[in-house]
Amino acid sequence: MRQEQNNIFAGIDWILVFIYIILVGFGWLNIFAASKTDGDIDLLSFSTKYGKQLIFISLTIPLIIIILFFNSKFYEKFASILYIISLLSLVGLFLFGKTINGATSWYNFGVLGLQPSEFAKAFTALAVAKLLSDRQYNLKLVKNQIKAFIIVFFPAFLITLQPDAGSALIYLSFFFVLNREGLTLNYILLGITIISLFILTIFFGASKMFISLLILISLIVAYLIYKGGKRFFRFNWYKILALYFVVAFVILGTGYTYNNIFKQHHRDRFEVLLGLKVDNKNIGYNSYQSELTISSGGLSGKGFLKGDITKGNFVPEQHTDYIFSTVGEEWGFIGSSSVIILFMLMMFRVIYLSETHSNKFGRIYGYGLASILFFHVIVNIGMVIGLLPTVGVPLPFFSYGGSSLWGFTILLFIFIRLDAHKNYDW
Amino acid sequence: MKRSFLLYFLITLIGFIFIGRLFQLQIIKGETYDPMHNAAVKTEYDYPERGYVYDRNGKLLVANQLSYDVMVQPNQVKPLDTLEFCNLLKIDREQFLIRFKRAEKFASYLPSVFLKQLAKEDFAFLQEKMHKYTGFYIQKRIIRDYPIKAAANVLGYIGEVNEEKAKENDDYQSGELEGKEGVERQYEDLLRGRKGKKYLQRNRFNKVTGSYKDGVSDIPPENGKDLILTLDIDLQVYAQQLMKGKRGGIVAIEPSTGEILVLVTAPSYDPNMLVGRKRSKNSIILMDPKNPEKPTYDRSLLAAYPPGSPFKMMNALIGLQENVISEQTSFRCYGGYRYGSRAHEFMKCHCDIYDKPIKLKTAIARSCNSYFSNTYKRIVEKKNNPSEGLDSWNKHITSFGLGNYLGYDLPAGQKGLIPNGKYYDDRYRYTWNASTNISNAIGQGEVLTTPIQLANFTAAIANRGYFYTPHIVKKIDKQIIDNPNYTIRKQTTISKEHFAPVIEAMHEVFKTGTGRWSQVKGIEICGKTGTAENSIKIVDGIKIQAEDHSILVAFAPKDNPKIALAVFVENGGYGSTIAAPITSLLLEKYINGSISKANKYRELNMLNMSLQEIYNKQIPKSKEIASGTK
Repeated sequence: MRQEQNNIFAGIDWILVFIYIILVGFGWLNIFAASKTDGDIDLLSFSTKYGKQLIFISLTIPLIIIILFFNSKFYEKFASILYIISLLSLVGLFLFGKTINGATSWYNFGVLGLQPSEFAKAFTALAVAKLLSDRQYNLKLVKNQIKAFIIVFFPAFLITLQPDAGSALIYLSFFFVLNREGLTLNYILLGITIISLFILTIFFGASKMFISLLILISLIVAYLIYKGGKRFFRFNWYKILALYFVVAFVILGTGYTYNNIFKQHHRDRFEVLLGLKVDNKNIGYNSYQSELTISSGGLSGKGFLKGDITKGNFVPEQHTDYIFSTVGEEWGFIGSSSVIILFMLMMFRVIYLSETHSNKFGRIYGYGLASILFFHVIVNIGMVIGLLPTVGVPLPFFSYGGSSLWGFTILLFIFIRLDAHKNYDW
Repeated sequence: MKRSFLLYFLITLIGFIFIGRLFQLQIIKGETYDPMHNAAVKTEYDYPERGYVYDRNGKLLVANQLSYDVMVQPNQVKPLDTLEFCNLLKIDREQFLIRFKRAEKFASYLPSVFLKQLAKEDFAFLQEKMHKYTGFYIQKRIIRDYPIKAAANVLGYIGEVNEEKAKENDDYQSGELEGKEGVERQYEDLLRGRKGKKYLQRNRFNKVTGSYKDGVSDIPPENGKDLILTLDIDLQVYAQQLMKGKRGGIVAIEPSTGEILVLVTAPSYDPNMLVGRKRSKNSIILMDPKNPEKPTYDRSLLAAYPPGSPFKMMNALIGLQENVISEQTSFRCYGGYRYGSRAHEFMKCHCDIYDKPIKLKTAIARSCNSYFSNTYKRIVEKKNNPSEGLDSWNKHITSFGLGNYLGYDLPAGQKGLIPNGKYYDDRYRYTWNASTNISNAIGQGEVLTTPIQLANFTAAIANRGYFYTPHIVKKIDKQIIDNPNYTIRKQTTISKEHFAPVIEAMHEVFKTGTGRWSQVKGIEICGKTGTAENSIKIVDGIKIQAEDHSILVAFAPKDNPKIALAVFVENGGYGSTIAAPITSLLLEKYINGSISKANKYRELNMLNMSLQEIYNKQIPKSKEIASGTK
């Protein structure tokens, strides 16, 4: 039983740190390209976006040191408190928050704005890890499942009220964590089935979907009956009936949700994405410009600071949510796929390390980290390359913004801290 | 199976999908990505000067002048003081809205013309105020100027490129001008030159922030090429004057080169009418399909009619070549030619030589119908069946460029018609012979030719057996054209020696025959007059036969000919009354340079002669009822 060393860097996984540094550094270069104007270059200044971001990046150094300074036990012990603080900070928004672009997501401190939802992810992950790592906790029990759902649901709900549906969506990633810890996959499968039915119904129209699915299910049932004979039918008739009902319900429900619950801008985004509407000027402008910008990069890109579409500021929010389009234009296929590979490597590394943890808390937290990263990357890059509808979430470590950068830094380095101590006795 | 597998798997899957998508966007689509056509690059055009056009003697026919259009790009327009703007442009609010909507309908992200061709004084005033109206700007354009008000049919005109073309073709943008007819259209690519392009970097507020990549892709403008036509503008103007009050066409060709000296259609118009602001008003008048004068219809190229008597020379040449007649062969004429036993199967003849042997020379000079009917019959019957006979006849004729597009360098034309065996086989189901289509012998029947084809045919006779395809452009930027189509002589199927008797006979026409009243002292004119029976028209439900068209082909001098021409006058009656004097005046003018005193009366006569009364008669319903076959 060795004693923990005083050196805070001992046992740190330098691979993750290395990937982190590359992502943050490369991200800054792209923010620089996207927000640079023709005037003088003014690093470390609050007057330019890239200057601000550089300040944010330098502030991560003390932040990382503080995170690494705490004993890993601290995070486990204080997980609930941190979680509650972050919930309170989300609630506090409704009293003191500042409304930007219709969403009350910010605390305003002069030049600096803080977005608590970016930090809440890390603390929710801690809370989930704490709950699930309890020795008496058994995820097979529905009661326990509900507990876990509530922990995840609360911050997501508060964020939805801001409203910031994009950030709330990220909380779905905790399903992976729960699944790793024993939650049946059926929930995810059910979710995926409903979402695909939803999209297909919008695309093809309710009546067509209804008929084709009816035929499809009937064919499958007919096949099963043929294979299993009467016996199959006797034992399963209610399941078959239920299947028909569920499908009918989802399809009919889609029409209702789509037309009555969705807002017009949601519908527009969906329709542009599915190609039901062509609009390169208004609603579809972002996606159209962003795809065009990426395409223009070609294999090796136009070179750093040479992206003319980026220079012309044609892609809205290019330094934040659409930063990946700058990568595509200036660094081409090579650059942009490298970024994707870097993210993959980081996630693989996190999962790999998590699996080596002997203690459950670290493993679950690691899973939370990987899943959150995964969701962010899917939603953000999927949107930028035109595969998913427009949902505003930042690209981890890349996008402009202090809260996002610090939120992910905290998320990552708590894991690095936990990981560094995995070999020590608790 | 470890539970971590799912996340590993999904991450890998999504990674592949994303990289695949990037591959599709950047590698597959990226190939087709055109860096110059994105919103970040603004293209500014630098318009070159359109090429000038000169006549064969270097006289300027087409020059340029400046004009200013107000352009609009609707998606950039900001709210503006419409009242003031309308006052500046001298339009009312309603007009403003109509024009703006039209521009939006075309494409809100492309510039289009808002107001065409400003007056110069308005332009100066407007230019200072223009900066106030975002989205509007003034575009300088080059429009045409015609110092000599003639040859509109040859020169053609330029007009706004049609919107479809402007969207598809990179060379044009909405509002730009392109050649629409005549030389302007035919030589559009040369005359236009190449637009200069300047690429500028701009941001999403459309503000230009500098030149794009330091101008590496910029293209400097290249001026249009100048054309020197084969046209003799003095002769053209003179011919147009002579055709005043008449309808028809004149084509004159230099036989030794195929260069078109004169290409007249009458009535014509002043080319300046289709320039500037009055253009659209004028074009409606000129192109009105109900206008019987059809000033934009080029009769010299498009009027396909039976050639009449000049075609007899063709049959004579074929007869000689096929060896079915010789110079000494004679036929008798009995006031006409009977081609069948029934009473009406008789073709009248006006040669006035009753029951005496007529030889070739006389037959041509006196235009004997019987002689050529006999010759035609022999030609057709020489072969095993009439179909083969007619095919060989057809082969000879088409070698003169008749019956098909000649291949000259103007964008209008008619094939005409020279029937072959199959034509009648299909029509009469194989039960026909030479008598069925005997009118081909005298150029009536099914045969159709245009004036330019006849002029070319005459040039081939003048050359004794060959011709150069007629053409209108002599030099491009001082370089003589080298298109083999115009520089290689085309041989006809008739041997050289057979032309001598025919030319002698044509000479006789102007010495003693129908053209004798139009002789010119010192010039040996060879020619042939003719009438094209005006086919029966139906006007207001009543069949009428109008006055015949008169036709004349001629060349001069007899030896070493300098000019060959065809004159066609609608409803001109016998060729000798109008077409012959016009021909002789043109020949005299071209060869001697001026009209001698002795012939001034002829000139005056022709300049004042007007057929307007005859033409006027045709518009209201004519009481004359068709007199059947003639």
